Amino acid sequence: MKRRIVQYISALLTNANLNGFIQGRIYQGVSKHVCVPGLNCYSCPAAIGACPLGALQTILASSRYTFSYYVTGTLLLFGVFMGRYVCGWLCPFGLIQELLYKLPSPTWTIPRWAGYIKYAILIVFVLFLPMFLVNNLGMGDPSFCKYICPAGTLEGGIPLLVSHPDLRDAAGTLFLFKLLLLILMIILSIISFRPFCKIICPLGAIYGLFNPISIYRYRVDSEKCIECGKCAQNCKMGVAMYKESNSPECIRCGECRSGCPAEAITTTFKTGNDSIKSTI
Amino acid sequence: MNKKHLRIILLTMGVVLLILGVIRDEAVSVYTKAVKICLECIGIG
Ligand code: SF4
Ligand code: SF4
Ligand code: SF4
Repeated sequence: MKRRIVQYISALLTNANLNGFIQGRIYQGVSKHVCVPGLNCYSCPAAIGACPLGALQTILASSRYTFSYYVTGTLLLFGVFMGRYVCGWLCPFGLIQELLYKLPSPTWTIPRWAGYIKYAILIVFVLFLPMFLVNNLGMGDPSFCKYICPAGTLEGGIPLLVSHPDLRDAAGTLFLFKLLLLILMIILSIISFRPFCKIICPLGAIYGLFNPISIYRYRVDSEKCIECGKCAQNCKMGVAMYKESNSPECIRCGECRSGCPAEAITTTFKTGNDSIKSTI
Repeated sequence: MNKKHLRIILLTMGVVLLILGVIRDEAVSVYTKAVKICLECIGIG
């Protein structure tokens, strides 16, 4: 419950320009220089910050730069402080998927191997294509935004097409393709927990790499843990906390922690090495 | 290298990269992209 409130507040703060939906115009304030922690399209009329994935591709695809110090620095700071806590608590697109999962439906379990797909998407669509597939002016495309991102279609595409007849006229096959991807993602989100986060999201893939070293992290006291496996049963991300307390798939939602009968799972902000016996 | 040192190195790198990025106007490039409708994001470009 506490997490849900934080998720709503974060989604609202990230998208505070609600008037933008009525005006059909996107926000142009100075805060758009800064990347928000979660995936949130900067073409959403309500967005008051920049999407870190969109920003990264913009810099990589431009003819002026070959590497983004700015976005890499931002991701390093978010990652080292919080890891995938961003996913569990702050990201608006994670919240949208969780709300869809609340709708009554049959369920489908995503196979574990599918989690590796997001690393391939990160390398190919976020890094490689924007950097190397360039026109004769040396400019590339933000390929993840262009060909995949359902957040862009949902948060930016649909509201802007509704309010702009000229954009509706310009929408063609690519828009239809992205709309189909969005519909597929919505259906999958109803039958399984956070499919986009598990399979596709390059931002979650980046933050997950920081889970083992982030300042806010989980640990399991091996002296208290009775290895009952309750944490693994409670985890909708498919993580067995008692075996792998800093799995890159863990979104730090805390479900395992509240269900642990031995109270063996704790969180820490310590910057030093862990002093209790733990599975880290 | 232990995790404490790794965290300090990565945090320092994060701050330095962020500042370098601002100095070479990357934040302005991000802003310029973020305040216009991104045709790629919305599925048109
Ligand atoms: S399309 Fe997706 S990745 Fe691109 S800026 Fe929008 S939310 Fe970010
Ligand atoms: S995996 Fe991506 S979409 Fe999911 S919560 Fe994390 S940043 Fe957001
Ligand atoms: S391991 Fe625990 S904190 Fe991590 S995703 Fe699973 S239930 Fe949430």
